[in-house]
Amino acid sequence: MIYRGFLSGIWDHDLAWSFRRSPVTIVAALLTLACVGSALFSPWISPQDPFDAAALNLNDAFKPPAWLPGGEPAYVLGSDDQGRDVLSTIMHGARISLGVGLAAVLFALFIGVTLGLLSGYLGGRVDAVIMRIADVQLSFPAILIALLIDGVTRVALPVEMHDQIAIPVLVLAIGFAGWVQYARTVRGSTMVEKEKEYVQAARVIGRRPLAILVAHVLPNVMGPVLVIATIHVATAIITEATLSFLGVGVPATRPSLGTLIRVGNDFLFSGEWWITVFPGVALVTLVLSVNLLGDWLRDALNPRLR
Amino acid sequence: MNIVKIFLLAVCFGFSTAQAVTLKWAAQNDILTFDPHSQNHATTLAMLMNVYEGLTRYDRNYKVEPALATGWKEISPTQWRFTLRKDVRFHDGSPFTADDVVFSFDRIRQPQGTMQIYVANIAEVKKVDDHTIDFLLSGPHPILLRNIIDFRIMSRVWSEKNRSQNIQDYKAKEETYASRNANGTGPYTLKAWEPDKRIVFASNQNWWGKRDGNVTDVIYTPIKADATRVAALLSGDVDIVTDLPTQDVDRLRKNDKLKVLDGHEVRTIFIGLDQHSSELQYSSVKGANPFKDVRVRRALNMAVDREAIKRVTMRGLSIPAGLMVAPGVHGHSKELDKPYPHDVNGAKKLLAEAGYPNGFEFTLDCPNNRYVNDEEICQALVGMWARAGLKVRLNAIQFANFIPKILKHDTSAYMLGWGVQTFDSLYMLQSLVRTKTTGADGSFNLGRISNPKLDTTIDAIKIATDPQARDALIREALITTRDEAYYVPLHHQLRPWAMKKGVSTVHRADDRPEPRFTKVD
Repeated sequence: MIYRGFLSGIWDHDLAWSFRRSPVTIVAALLTLACVGSALFSPWISPQDPFDAAALNLNDAFKPPAWLPGGEPAYVLGSDDQGRDVLSTIMHGARISLGVGLAAVLFALFIGVTLGLLSGYLGGRVDAVIMRIADVQLSFPAILIALLIDGVTRVALPVEMHDQIAIPVLVLAIGFAGWVQYARTVRGSTMVEKEKEYVQAARVIGRRPLAILVAHVLPNVMGPVLVIATIHVATAIITEATLSFLGVGVPATRPSLGTLIRVGNDFLFSGEWWITVFPGVALVTLVLSVNLLGDWLRDALNPRLR
Repeated sequence: MNIVKIFLLAVCFGFSTAQAVTLKWAAQNDILTFDPHSQNHATTLAMLMNVYEGLTRYDRNYKVEPALATGWKEISPTQWRFTLRKDVRFHDGSPFTADDVVFSFDRIRQPQGTMQIYVANIAEVKKVDDHTIDFLLSGPHPILLRNIIDFRIMSRVWSEKNRSQNIQDYKAKEETYASRNANGTGPYTLKAWEPDKRIVFASNQNWWGKRDGNVTDVIYTPIKADATRVAALLSGDVDIVTDLPTQDVDRLRKNDKLKVLDGHEVRTIFIGLDQHSSELQYSSVKGANPFKDVRVRRALNMAVDREAIKRVTMRGLSIPAGLMVAPGVHGHSKELDKPYPHDVNGAKKLLAEAGYPNGFEFTLDCPNNRYVNDEEICQALVGMWARAGLKVRLNAIQFANFIPKILKHDTSAYMLGWGVQTFDSLYMLQSLVRTKTTGADGSFNLGRISNPKLDTTIDAIKIATDPQARDALIREALITTRDEAYYVPLHHQLRPWAMKKGVSTVHRADDRPEPRFTKVD
């Protein structure tokens, strides 16, 4: 019943039709799919395992991309300062970037939706407290909050643990910095939904508030949340890249796209531009296509634009 | 009369403001402390020397010249008498006397510091009168005057007033008044130190000496990121950069607004190995320590392709090393400084002979903001050792976190660089190879190497007065260190500095630009 309602809801919006009609969206979807696919399957399809130290050869370092003089076909996008294939590092890096981005969004979604439902359904003091906290947090840029959480955990935990916990901390920091949007959206929709007859009816037949929230209200407020989540994935990837670029994110031993850009940046002046430019291009492509998908989803789900 | 005075005063003021010249200097890392007796760390010493002085110092050509002492006399081989400079005042205005030297001597010898090497072989410092002191030595000390340059004098009164009679316990991350503030007799006073941000010095108007340059203020900025540091120089934000990223040197040479001052550094970059623990701590080997086996240590040496590191990572700016001392250090010779040949199969064979045909795992601790391309070199080593079958986990951390860790011997293998400030091999042998006891012996022997026969040789070098016999002993000790493969020497660093065209200074092989020798137009 829940799923059918949800699925038929999507079908009613004619998503498939609007998707077919927008070439930009199709390109964005293909690019996203390519990024996600190559990231997901990088251990099997990347030309080289950049983390296998024995496979690296210092004598192959700083090779330019294959089409430039001095380039080799084995290193299509060139090699970095340790002789790693840039294409392979990008594929592995995208895997970490996407992983962190998705995990952070799920975390933010979980906190945001939970608090939003409670706030909207219970109202009163609970609502006031949660929304004031949200207001306060909104007055800080998300990156600042992520930086704060990341910085505090780094000081609080012993140095030896930093590398192991870097990724979970990053996920928590980015996720925690982004819950407000979800909470606000869900709260608004919940306040509208809870006055509707089906909720009243559920209440009358004696269902518990929790069951009503999860089974009845939640499915009906998830549409806008999905839109936010899609766009938030892009933002989260950028936040992760920024933190890693600043050197407080993912450690260099398991680099994400942001870390790759940071490391490559040292060689920008000396002419080995490919070490930093290609990860940068990959990041832009990934974020742009996810964003375009999100935009399309927003328009497609908006009844006023149809 | 009064008018003349006012006039003179005006001239002085006008003169001094017109002459304010600031040297903006950027390098890779921040200092560890301002306590002059706490940490034997080159960047820290390079900053300290602006504020604190020793009894002797180097002139432009590395000749020893008088500083806080005006003269000295060898009364007997084990007794030297120093005459102290009169009318010298610390920055807080208190006068400098023999008491301060005695106090500083007792202080630098405290076990929580790492600088006892600079007063090694000195048994006692005795006050004769306010401006005369005697050094009583435990044996003849042929390089005494060089050795005490980095033994810097603190004010007893100031230290006691600020409860800083004791050296901070750096390993326990203790801070004291003296680790954050400074009160020396030197050419510059410390105006501010904002850790990881900047250090500001202002000229000491009452300094006894004469400057060779015109720099009145110094702002030192640690900039960790290579590209940012070079960009700061290119954009004119800083006047001089001493930690040049190797990949940018060529480009900076071609820039006609800048100049590059070439020079080598008396510093050898190497890997140290735990040769003491009965079970290697961070390793897959249980119940044994493979680094105690000379074959394993030789294999580690042979698996390293030093030429590739030189060509690719260092872009030519290194000299592959076989010895633990660099050219320019007394005792070094080209003929001895032959690196182990790069031979992966030979390394594998040795490992198999030692009982590790499939290699083993261990962790390499590595600083990531101290030496030229430190982390990159460690990454390259991981790859080179992997080809010999060794699985190495790299733990690259900031130097400020790295150094307390390895000082506690909490490491199985580590990268370090050893600069020889005294320009004599004894400094390296005594610090890095001599069995660790209290004081200077083995103060940085962090792998706890112990070879009693070598110890005897090193102890003989300390007191050898006949130059020829001494050289023979040094040669013997260097060869043993090399052939026993106690360390994995990688290379000696070449250290070009880049600066604006209008800046002139003296390149120092100890990698310390001295503002007192620096001119900014």
